[in-house]
Amino acid sequence: MDRGKRVLTGTHFMLGNFAVVEGALAAGCDFFAGYPITPANEISERMAERMPRVGGRFLQGEDELCSIYSVTGAALAGARAMTATASAGYNYMQEGIGYAVASEIPCVIVDVQRCRGDNYATQADVMQMRWGASGDHEMIVLAPSSVQELFDHTIQAFNLAEKYRTPVVVMSETTIALMREKLVIPEPDAIQIINRKKPDVPPEEFYPFQAGPDGVPPLPDFGEGYRILHSLNPHDERGDIQWDPDVFEALYDRIVGKIADHRDEIVQTEGFFLDDAEMVLIAYGSESRPALDAVELARTRDIKAGLLKLITVWPVPEKEIRALAEQASAVLAVEMNMGKYAREIERICCGLCKVIRVTKNLGSVHTTNEILQAIEEAGH
Amino acid sequence: MKDNPYKKYLRKGTLPHFFCPGCGAGQVLNYFLRAADEIELDFDRLVAIGGVGCTARIPVFMNVEALHGVHGRTLPWATGIKLHNPELQVVIFAGDGDAAAIGGNHLIQAARRNLDVTMIVVNNLTFGMTGGQVAPTTPQNLTSTTTPYGSPERPFDLCKLAISAGATFVSRWNTSRSRQAARAIKKALKHRGFALVEIVCQCVTNFGRPALSTSDPVKVLEWIEECSCTIKEASGLSEEEVSKRFVLGDFIEKSEPVFEGSSVYRPGEGA
Repeated sequence: MDRGKRVLTGTHFMLGNFAVVEGALAAGCDFFAGYPITPANEISERMAERMPRVGGRFLQGEDELCSIYSVTGAALAGARAMTATASAGYNYMQEGIGYAVASEIPCVIVDVQRCRGDNYATQADVMQMRWGASGDHEMIVLAPSSVQELFDHTIQAFNLAEKYRTPVVVMSETTIALMREKLVIPEPDAIQIINRKKPDVPPEEFYPFQAGPDGVPPLPDFGEGYRILHSLNPHDERGDIQWDPDVFEALYDRIVGKIADHRDEIVQTEGFFLDDAEMVLIAYGSESRPALDAVELARTRDIKAGLLKLITVWPVPEKEIRALAEQASAVLAVEMNMGKYAREIERICCGLCKVIRVTKNLGSVHTTNEILQAIEEAGH
Repeated sequence: MKDNPYKKYLRKGTLPHFFCPGCGAGQVLNYFLRAADEIELDFDRLVAIGGVGCTARIPVFMNVEALHGVHGRTLPWATGIKLHNPELQVVIFAGDGDAAAIGGNHLIQAARRNLDVTMIVVNNLTFGMTGGQVAPTTPQNLTSTTTPYGSPERPFDLCKLAISAGATFVSRWNTSRSRQAARAIKKALKHRGFALVEIVCQCVTNFGRPALSTSDPVKVLEWIEECSCTIKEASGLSEEEVSKRFVLGDFIEKSEPVFEGSSVYRPGEGA
């Protein structure tokens, strides 16, 4: 393997955390910062080896705050920047993520979820990723379920971050991060790269926070002569700090709207056996794997079960879930926590069908049999 | 009336500034612009960073690329910017809360790495914007809104801290010494490596009143001056005496390799 090559085209048997690194590099990532934390360390270690050899910069921050803020700083200087951490470290990063949302800084954050204080499997951060940062905001969070998807989703995360000028989270898990699986890396030309919009007018005519219908203002790099003030405080289209309620409202409407109004373009799901499904499982991340096995087994027992696998957990695939709730007799919310995303599903399905929680937070994914049993019980 | 010659460096529409009457933050902005003007700093390549607080507002008034609004994280921002584009000149305006309290570890690490940035610490000895709470820099026994019986804590000497952590240019002045302060900033801007200039500054509203029982800016300036001495003057004083003073002067200026990242690959070297 040529460690000095940016895209390692070919078929690999690779660790999930390494696949994240390869996805990032394939997506053009040229700045990485991280602080040691298990089970995300392999991301930093491989970045430290690979990044300087492909012309990027690697920083081991003194803490997670240094990591997230150096990422936002580098991004404003023009970098495609990423950091990686695990649950407890993500807590610290919330401050910087909130800043990146409000100042509209494209960057990618990988959270390898772990149990509180230990490294067992969990999906308990799913709400933290949505709601943890202060202030009104939307988040884009992708939930890979395999080593291949860790690679693919990391590339997508960069593209979404650049397109919508916002932080995007890759919601990894101990299970897939520390698992080795087949990974196919395509040729560089086959990898789609979306870059941030740049201004098409000179600095004197440029309003740095004025956006077209997509709600996303162009973003020049530091040093290109645009001299922009990036403040967390409410700012008008020129970037001047303004406390006028109208300015505040217009700014937040736009920052929230640029994602909320493009849900249909952002949201991705994958359906299995859904056409005639009466029992619909909804799962994301590693839990979608035993869920699919259980659906297939249920089908052999003449139970009309199906699976909606969420690739985008945030924004919520509301339309897709509602359509299934109208069709199904029961929706089963499968997740590896005490029932968090289940609340979203219950909200959307309310009055349309019953929702059964299939949740546990015992440090391991559900077994196929546990889920199958839940499907069978739901039928009674 | 003659216009201030440095007004051309200000962002349009930002005046009048928001500092209290008698505040020294505007003086520091003036000293910086004087220094930048004298060395003909390229304002298109300049990134000015403020955290949160009164000092943090200084970059908001400057017509440059500016970051503002997060407490204590000025140096992490600067680290990312400087690593990605070393051609940019990065200047940080940090209050003593930003530098010595919430961002203290970032200061230590940036100094240790010899990150190539200029950090101007406006030390007003208090948390001014939030109402005059005790800071890690508040002199012992003085009262603040959260030390109504006098602060029992020993204050930080930020210059000593920066020097021990590895900063390669360190200087301290106060707002009364305009020429020296501007000269120190000029040296810091020209310095390659981590340069820290501390400027002891009067906060009339929220330090003068609780700590010195005065809201007269001149009295606060005089008090700072009385507590100040030069490095040379300090050499004749006892350690205890010096610990109560703001020692003014250039403490260190040396050349060391600057930070390029935590993992640097040079072909032909290492694995």
